[in-house]
Amino acid sequence: MTIDEIRSKIAERQTSATALAQDCYTRIRKEDPEIGAFLTLCEERALAQAGRIDALAAAGKPLPALAGVPIAIKDVMVTSGVRTTAGSKILENFIPPYDCTAVARLEAAGAVILGKLNCDEFAMGSSNENSAYRPVHNPRDKSRVPGGSSGGSAAAVAAEMALATLGSDTGGSIRQPASFCGVVGLKPTYGRVSRYGLIAFASSLDHIGPFAKTVKEVALVLRTIAGRDPMDSTSAEVPVPDYVAELEKPVKGLRVGVAKEYFGAGLDPEVRAAVEAAIQKLAELGCEVVPVSLPHTEYAIPTYYIVATAEASANLARFDGVRYGFRAKANTLSEMYRLSRDGGFGMEVKRRIMLGTYALSAGYYDAYYLKAQKVRTLLTRDFDEAFKKVDVIAAPTCPTPAFKLGEKVNDPLAMYLADIYTVTANLAGIPGISVPCGENHEKLPIGLQLFARHFDESTLLRVAHAYERSRS
Amino acid sequence: MKVTDKDVAYVAELANLELTEKERVHMLRDLNSILEYVARLGELETDKVAPMAQVSDRYGVDESRQGSERFAYAIRDDVKDGLRKSLPHDIAVKNAPDTDGTFFEVPKVIER
Repeated sequence: MTIDEIRSKIAERQTSATALAQDCYTRIRKEDPEIGAFLTLCEERALAQAGRIDALAAAGKPLPALAGVPIAIKDVMVTSGVRTTAGSKILENFIPPYDCTAVARLEAAGAVILGKLNCDEFAMGSSNENSAYRPVHNPRDKSRVPGGSSGGSAAAVAAEMALATLGSDTGGSIRQPASFCGVVGLKPTYGRVSRYGLIAFASSLDHIGPFAKTVKEVALVLRTIAGRDPMDSTSAEVPVPDYVAELEKPVKGLRVGVAKEYFGAGLDPEVRAAVEAAIQKLAELGCEVVPVSLPHTEYAIPTYYIVATAEASANLARFDGVRYGFRAKANTLSEMYRLSRDGGFGMEVKRRIMLGTYALSAGYYDAYYLKAQKVRTLLTRDFDEAFKKVDVIAAPTCPTPAFKLGEKVNDPLAMYLADIYTVTANLAGIPGISVPCGENHEKLPIGLQLFARHFDESTLLRVAHAYERSRS
Repeated sequence: MKVTDKDVAYVAELANLELTEKERVHMLRDLNSILEYVARLGELETDKVAPMAQVSDRYGVDESRQGSERFAYAIRDDVKDGLRKSLPHDIAVKNAPDTDGTFFEVPKVIER
C-alpha cells in the first residue's frame, strides 16, 4: 500500500491504523531476526498513536497527511521515553527526555512510529558493521552489507517492515544504503530539515532525510519534516513547496549534467552501464544531457575525512560518563573520563576521534583542517559553476553494488572510498537522491544518484519521479 | 609528516582516550595510512582560497543583509521574549550514572 492508499483505506474503515501497526510488528518478528534492522521497538507508543488515528476515522474527522503510516527511525534521533543508542554501547541505557523535531513532525502528521533502527555507531561507517549491537544484513542478499551508516533504515524499507524510515546522511549514509538495498533515499539541502534531536556527528555535514520504496513517498515525508524550526539555528527560513504537487510537472527541457569525474577508475562496469542507461532514459524523456566538469572531485574524500573527524572529535567530547551514558569505575575524574570513553566507544569511533583531534591539534591545524576547509570551498565552487549550466547532475550513487559482510572491515581507507560519489553533496550542502536503476548479474541493486541546486528538491524529486515512472 | 607512537599517546590524552596497547598499534598504522591519502590535498594551490566552515551562510539567506543581520530570523522567539522553560530538574538528572537528585556526582577531582 502507498501512503495515500493507507490514509483513504483508514478513512473508509477498510482497515485501521492499529491493524497496520500490528501487521508490521508481525512482519518484524518474522523477518528481522535474520536482518537485524531494529534495535528497539516502541509498540506501546505506536499503538497509542494508531488508536488516536482510528478514533479520528471512527468519528468521521479528516485524517492528517501521514495518518496510520508505519514509519521507523534511525537510532541517532532521540525519542522521548524510547531508548536511543546511536548504535553505541556508551548510550546503551539512554532514555531521552524529548523528541527530535523530525520525529515529532511525523507523529503530528499522523505517522505511527514503530521503533528505532540499527546503524553504524554514531553514524560512522559505510556498511553497518560498526554497530555495537549487531550488523544488519542486506534483505536482497543476506551475505552482503546493507550499506551504512543508515543500514537499518534502508533494510527496513527493502524488507517491507516499515513503509518509510528516517536516516541521517553525513557523507552518504542515506544514499549509499538506499542504493545497496534497492530503495529510494534522499539527503535534502543543508538547512532544509531541522536537526534538533539528531545526535551530532559532524554538524556542518549532518542531514536528516527519508527512505521509501518510491519517490512520491519520499516527497510526502520530506514535505512533512522540512521547514524552519526555532530549535535548530541552522534550519533555513526558506518556504517549503508542495513537493508532491511539483512531481507531476514535465521534465522536458530540463538540463541534466554528467561529470566525467564520476565515471572514472574504480567504477564497476555494470554500475556504469546501468547509470549510463538511466541517463539515456532521461534524454528520451526530453531532458537535455550536458557534459559538466567537477574538477576537484578526487579531493572530496580526503577533505571529508578531515572536516568530519575534526567536528566529530568536538561533538563526541560530551560523552564523558557524567550526565548520561556508560560510566566506568574509576578513582579520579580524569580516569573516569578516559575509562568511560574507552569502554563505551568502538574502534571506528575512536579512530575518527583520534584523527580529528590530530587534525585540530597545535602544529597540524593549518596543514590539515584549514587546508581541508579551503578545498571544501573549491569543491563547492565546482557545483556552483556546474549549476549555472544544468538543473540536475546525474551520477552513480556508489562505485560498486553491496559488498560482502567482512570484506572491508580491516581496511578503513577502502571502507571510506565507498562514499566517493556521495560526500561531495555533504561538503557543498546540495540535495542528493538515490533511485534504483537496475541490477547487476547477481541481482544486486544499483542506484542512480541525482544532485540539484540548494533548496531545489522540487526539481530533484521531479526528475527522479519521471525516471522511476519510465522504468515501471 | 609521519605519525609516531608519541603522537598517538599525546593525541589520545587530548581526546580523553586511554587505548590498549593493541589499539595504539592499530591506530598508528591506520592514522598513517589515512593521512598519507589526505596528503594529496597538498597538490592544490589554496593560498588565495577562503576557508569554508559551513554552507548556511552562503545559500538560502537574504543576500541584501550583512553579517548577523542575515540570520536575524534564527533568533528564537522564546529568547526574544525571555528564556524558554528548561527541563525539570528530576528529568535532567534521570540518565545520570550517579546523582544525589540535585547534582551529578563524580569521583574526586585530582589534577593529572
